[in-house]
Amino acid sequence: MPVATPRRAASSRAPEPEETQPRKLYRSAEGRMLGGVARGLAGHLGLPVVWVRIVFFVLFLSDGLGALLYAVFWFVVPLGVGGVDAPRSAFETTPDGRRKLRKPDKGQVFALIALLVGAVTFVTHVEVGGQAGRYVWPALLIGLGVVLVWRQADNARRAHWTETPRRRRMLQLARGLAGVALVGMGLTAFLVVRGSAAQLGNVLTAALAVVAGIALLAGPWLVRMTQDLSEERLMRIRAQERAEVAAHVHDSVLHTLTLIQRNAEDPGEVRRLARAQERELRNWLYKPEGTGKDESEEPDTLAEAVKRAAAEVEDKHGVPLEVVVVGDCPLDDKLAAQMQAAREAMVNAAKYGGEGGAVQVYAEVEGRTVFVSVRDRGPGFDLDAVPGDRMGVRESIIGRMQRNGGTARLRSAPDGGTEVELEMERAADG
Amino acid sequence: MTETEGTQERPGRHVRVVLVDDHRMFRTGVQAEIGQTATTGVEVVGEAADVDQAVTVITATRPEVVLLDVHLPGGGGVEVLRRCAPLMGAVENPVRFLALSVSDAAEDVIGVIRGGARGYVTKTITGTDLVDSVFRVQDGDAVFSPRLAGFVLDAFASTDAPPMDEDLDRLTQREREVLRLIARGYAYKEIAKQLFISVKTVESHVSAVLRKLQLSNRHELTRWATARRLV
Repeated sequence: MPVATPRRAASSRAPEPEETQPRKLYRSAEGRMLGGVARGLAGHLGLPVVWVRIVFFVLFLSDGLGALLYAVFWFVVPLGVGGVDAPRSAFETTPDGRRKLRKPDKGQVFALIALLVGAVTFVTHVEVGGQAGRYVWPALLIGLGVVLVWRQADNARRAHWTETPRRRRMLQLARGLAGVALVGMGLTAFLVVRGSAAQLGNVLTAALAVVAGIALLAGPWLVRMTQDLSEERLMRIRAQERAEVAAHVHDSVLHTLTLIQRNAEDPGEVRRLARAQERELRNWLYKPEGTGKDESEEPDTLAEAVKRAAAEVEDKHGVPLEVVVVGDCPLDDKLAAQMQAAREAMVNAAKYGGEGGAVQVYAEVEGRTVFVSVRDRGPGFDLDAVPGDRMGVRESIIGRMQRNGGTARLRSAPDGGTEVELEMERAADG
Repeated sequence: MTETEGTQERPGRHVRVVLVDDHRMFRTGVQAEIGQTATTGVEVVGEAADVDQAVTVITATRPEVVLLDVHLPGGGGVEVLRRCAPLMGAVENPVRFLALSVSDAAEDVIGVIRGGARGYVTKTITGTDLVDSVFRVQDGDAVFSPRLAGFVLDAFASTDAPPMDEDLDRLTQREREVLRLIARGYAYKEIAKQLFISVKTVESHVSAVLRKLQLSNRHELTRWATARRLV
């Protein structure tokens, strides 16, 4: 009996894990014709899909056993992603992208023909016109309706994984309704055929009464059950979240604490570790989602760039940098140059002025002007006294800003620290 | 209040303080850092770990300054501020609140300031600066950390189009300048030197910003917070 397992197991299509872990039977959600049973089975058994389909078809011809079997599989086997992909390409002669796209169409035409042939055989077999035929048509109608609705249920489940556009959703609703209507028609036909059409009113009343009675009896229980279920789901989500937090805290914080214990004699290193950890945790706690992972990606807004630069300098030099950003704007070439100059200023501040306490970094976007100030409380220095061959400040900060059409001002007092002010006009909107 | 120029020496000054924080370790640390009444002039007269306790202790001891944590069991610092509103508004010996938090998320900061706190500093502050801030708050002035100044600037800057009502709730050019310097890490004294005004004037500018923040800028802040999906 196939058991539901996490989807992850099914979606791992790489051949290696399939060898190691036992393969579970899933109905394939991709490229299926009806319920995906044949595809799933084929994937499970390692056979071409067509073979499985033919087997089902042949079984179907023998008094509809195939259909019954198919229905049972559909009902019992959970829907999964993947199923069989490799066999399909196995008997494809030309591994060409366009051919592959056309292939399903051919398959569907084939399936349609097979279905027609099957229907004709079935109809001639069961002699629709006869006494038994009176039951066959309603049964077919009901079967068709049930198939539609089940397929719908599959789609609903699949919608959890993939976003469906609104128009598709309307279509799905229509299909579901059509299924219900078909079943209803079939049931009515049964009643009519059985000659009880005359008492249809009575029957309907009785049926309604029974349904109402059941609803009254089971209603509260059902309501409570759904409430319990949703509550349980909520609890599970919370538990998951907690587990995630615990995992994160465990991974990074405990690791850092160990490092701190080992480096207890080195206050600079301890401070650096603690600051890095604080920043990461803050980032993780207060940013909605997706942050932390894209560390390697280039920042595309000013605020992000400033914070990133400050964090890197802080990590490298072990001096805390306090960042305040007012406003934000996208990063263009000129601002990128300004960011490089600012970074240089931060490095200088951390290197030479770090003993005086935290380095203050302030960035503001006001209208078209972007202003960045980097301030330390170190010993300060006299720019004119710096020898001419020391190009750090002149080239990397002042020169860079001027080349890109901005200005840089340096203020340094003997014991008031140093402040670098960088101002840049944003490039015109392009 | 004549000695505001020399904030480090306050002969004869004495301030009674209540610590509200749910971490006992932190309360102990702050107590150890600023609680030497003889040298700092700060006397810790009470401690509380949650909202109910805080309200009880504050009402009983009537301190001059409360160091208030933003995140507290029982509704947070904002709830303490709400329930202590009558004490804040008292004509004689009003209780003043200084928010002291590890969180520097904008919504926390703006929340307690609008609730009536006279200032906001983060827990990374040094002992000396904290004592300084306590005295400043006792004097009725506002204490802004660079980060808070940044938030406020952000709040006012994002609404560049002047609102329909009068200029009352706009920051003046001077106030903006002062805030900007605070955000850049300047101390009040340094700001005064930079702008050629007295420290007292700097303090009154900052107080004015705080008042505007609490009273008249509700709609701007709401808009700002909504735009950032903070509320």
